[in-house]
Amino acid sequence: MPLTHHRWRDGPPSPALRERVLSGAERVRVGVVGLAAILLFLLAAAPPAHADDFTTLVSALGADSFSEKEQAVIALGKLGDGRAILVLTALKDGRLLKAPDGRILIARGAKTIDPLSGTELSDVAADALDRIRVNNRLRGALEGALGELTLFSVDPAARYAAAQDALRHPSPGQAALLEKAIAAEKQPDIRAAMEQSLSAARLLSGSREEQLAALRTLGTTTDPQIKNLLDQFRAAPDTDPELRKAAETALSSIENRLWLVGLAANLFHGISLGSVLLLAAIGLAITFGVMGVINMAHGEMIMLGAYAAYVCQQLFREFLPASWIDGYLVAAIPVAFLFAGAVGVALERSVIRFLYGRPLETLLATWGVSLILQQMVRSIFGSPNREVSNPSWMTGGFDPIGGFTVTWNRVGIIIFCLAVLGALALILNRTSFGLHMRAVTQNRPMASVMGIRTARVDALTFGLGSGIAGMAGVALSQIGNVSPNLGTIYIVDSFLVVVFGGVGNLLGTFVGALSLGIVNKFLEPVAGAILGKIVVLVAIILFIQRRPRGLFALKGRTVEAEA
Amino acid sequence: MLKKTWYALIAIAVIAGVPIGATAQTIKIGVLHSLSGTMAISETTLKDTILMMVDDINKKGGLLGKKVEAVVVDPASNWPLFAEKARDLLSKEKVAVVFGCWTSVSRKSVLPVFEELNGLLFYPVQYEGEESSNNVFYTGAAPNQQAIPAVEYLMGPEGGSVKRWVLEGTDYVYPRTTNKILEAFLKVKGVAPEDIKINYTPFGHSDWQTEVAAIKSFASAGKKTAVVSTINGDANVPFYKELANAGIKASDIPVVAFSVGEEELAGIDTKNLVGHLAAWNYFQSVKSPTNEGFIKEWHDFIKNPKRVTNDPMEAHYIGFKMWAHAVEQAGTTDVDAVRQAVYGQKVKAPSGFVEVMNTNHHLSKPVMIGEIQANGQFDIVWQTKETIKADAWSPYLAEDKGKVADWSYPWVCGNCTAPKYTD
Repeated sequence: MPLTHHRWRDGPPSPALRERVLSGAERVRVGVVGLAAILLFLLAAAPPAHADDFTTLVSALGADSFSEKEQAVIALGKLGDGRAILVLTALKDGRLLKAPDGRILIARGAKTIDPLSGTELSDVAADALDRIRVNNRLRGALEGALGELTLFSVDPAARYAAAQDALRHPSPGQAALLEKAIAAEKQPDIRAAMEQSLSAARLLSGSREEQLAALRTLGTTTDPQIKNLLDQFRAAPDTDPELRKAAETALSSIENRLWLVGLAANLFHGISLGSVLLLAAIGLAITFGVMGVINMAHGEMIMLGAYAAYVCQQLFREFLPASWIDGYLVAAIPVAFLFAGAVGVALERSVIRFLYGRPLETLLATWGVSLILQQMVRSIFGSPNREVSNPSWMTGGFDPIGGFTVTWNRVGIIIFCLAVLGALALILNRTSFGLHMRAVTQNRPMASVMGIRTARVDALTFGLGSGIAGMAGVALSQIGNVSPNLGTIYIVDSFLVVVFGGVGNLLGTFVGALSLGIVNKFLEPVAGAILGKIVVLVAIILFIQRRPRGLFALKGRTVEAEA
Repeated sequence: MLKKTWYALIAIAVIAGVPIGATAQTIKIGVLHSLSGTMAISETTLKDTILMMVDDINKKGGLLGKKVEAVVVDPASNWPLFAEKARDLLSKEKVAVVFGCWTSVSRKSVLPVFEELNGLLFYPVQYEGEESSNNVFYTGAAPNQQAIPAVEYLMGPEGGSVKRWVLEGTDYVYPRTTNKILEAFLKVKGVAPEDIKINYTPFGHSDWQTEVAAIKSFASAGKKTAVVSTINGDANVPFYKELANAGIKASDIPVVAFSVGEEELAGIDTKNLVGHLAAWNYFQSVKSPTNEGFIKEWHDFIKNPKRVTNDPMEAHYIGFKMWAHAVEQAGTTDVDAVRQAVYGQKVKAPSGFVEVMNTNHHLSKPVMIGEIQANGQFDIVWQTKETIKADAWSPYLAEDKGKVADWSYPWVCGNCTAPKYTD
């Protein structure tokens, strides 16, 4: 797209020109749209930047040392030339290239673009270009510079990100820019973020009154970044005693709030861990809890589900348009259920049905099966981890109260887990298959007499448990490894949950998983991950000593008869 | 009984693919890497690297006029089994040299076997140091070739002048020793004890929410904070996923890892991890003719142009070349003669440097700091101008004071405070 910015140096562009610049397929590109908006603003507010400065600064980006590049980046940010956004974004994304003759170019797809004129270049050989390297320090400077430049973007998300970037890299010069941005801002949440950043900037550069006011505003937040800033402010040797006192008050109020935030965070982490445990254990609650089969291959069913998600992802990447890729996870759920379920049915028909009532043999046989499945997957997919990426709607997180991040993949898993549990409860209690299943497990001869095909019910029940494990695998692929060893991580925890919750009881599994998760997460910050695990394990052993049937023991004649 | 042993021997020979009777014309070398179990993820590639080197040397006419033949065994990530398989290799297969081991615990388990039977082991992985055996050549980095330079880089202005440190590790010997050395080093550099947080998690730890939240809150104390990660193996993927989702950017809290290379990143979506660091002595992105040749050879051998190379593979490349050159120089595969010939061997390494084996059985290597890129590769942002000689014993640990590793006259020892011989 011909971005002919050089024409704009003479003055603000006419609306027609702006229209032309924004037309075409690139119109959706946030950066470009933002660029047009900022150009308008900057050209109206500031005298046009000197063209030569821009050229020299851009070529300085190709310097060898990172500190020279950093100075050029900061200067470009201050220059207020709209073209800088394109250049700096390209540098941040690793798309800024240097030709052997020293020219700086922007890569966009297969094309190379001259940052000075915005025109496409065709005279450069792609393999002769060197990517300009960025390190973390430069990345920080880039974020700061881009934050200042994109404060006026038309995209709300970009403005919000810019406000937060300004907070993370506060500099004395930002205050004026932020004031203008706040005046133009319509959305309350972005405005609030900008006001926080403004307070931070004023704390660095404002008058004494402004600093005091800034301290009062900042004291009402819970952002760790602000706490950081206040700590630095308080520790600075030349701080006025009164200001220091105000900073201390602000800090202690932040700390108090952070303590509450910490509690909320622990609770969320606990529920999230609990939901992972629950997902891993639901399938086992059926195969072990309801059928009484000690299924050591349960973890491998989870692993097969995770690989099903991987295969779905690869198929989506290969055969469907790129915009559909986010849907692979939804497609993977039924695929994983059917595949793992089918493996489960096959396992029941070929091995386990011969071993009913012989728990030790079942344990050994299923353990063997688990090793076979692991090695099979290793032979097909190789031993290294497979990459299963989060779809965009499962990436990142949000900050509900400031100070701790609720990640989308965790929220997704909690919801998914509850949905699976709900669906399972419905199947067990409201369908005829569920009725048959309960009948067979409670009194097999009687069920058989009533005309239920017990062998078929056994196979389907085992398939259901395995299928649910497969779905759990899809969910777990979002937070961890997809490797042949995936199952072994969860097998012990799964048994722990089922035994603790009470064998043969879905409600018990639910309560057991959640309480284990929450207790674990409240212990972990105090005792550390390793000691925390040990404490939980010992506590469960003691608990089982007192109540061998777990939290919710089944009562009834059959249970007594089995025991 | 005898018959049984004979059958077992045949079975071993068949499994290892050894044509019986052909042994006289070949030089056997052992490959002792886990091909199943938890460590298979990393070690399988190293087995393939040695097979590639063997293939290469045989194409060029072999060694001392004989073909080289690799005897591959699978210790299955089972530490005692490592010792058993090592004994088999040395006493039954009579291999001239063994290339193998990844975890420190597997090395510690085979060490007595190699010392008892006077075998030769080339160990290719960066490790915690504190060892120098006459029967092992360590081709990976010692702490002063990886951990210390990485921390120094972060302390400097280029790395962001870090003042506060989280040492996050998996709970076993390598992270514990490395962190002990790092803690001592940081204190020497004037870092206050309250600015150092050390935390360990079990192998395969999968729920990192609490740790990541703790890192975030530890970092909000008004000082630039970095995380030094000695997290090993499978726990890395969930750790990095949690970091990315919690929005911890490398420009705020950089994480420098010592066990995460190209191979490990292949299982992670790195879009949100750009800028986090790793310290190694080699990256696939090194620009040097030797490296280009190395990568091409690897892709041709493994028949997959997407496979990556990594630091331990490079170490095996160097180790194998050194051993082969030493055999040529000594004119024999006899362990004692070869060992003497290995000292001072120079190999042009894919890292772009000429690396030399010292008499403390460790290499002189360059140190490189790389930042993770969106394509799963590393950008080298800093590297030493010259190679650095490995310290087998750390000068920062009080208990190592005065310890010397030098297998040449007059010291001739790996762990002593006075020379063995005096004139």
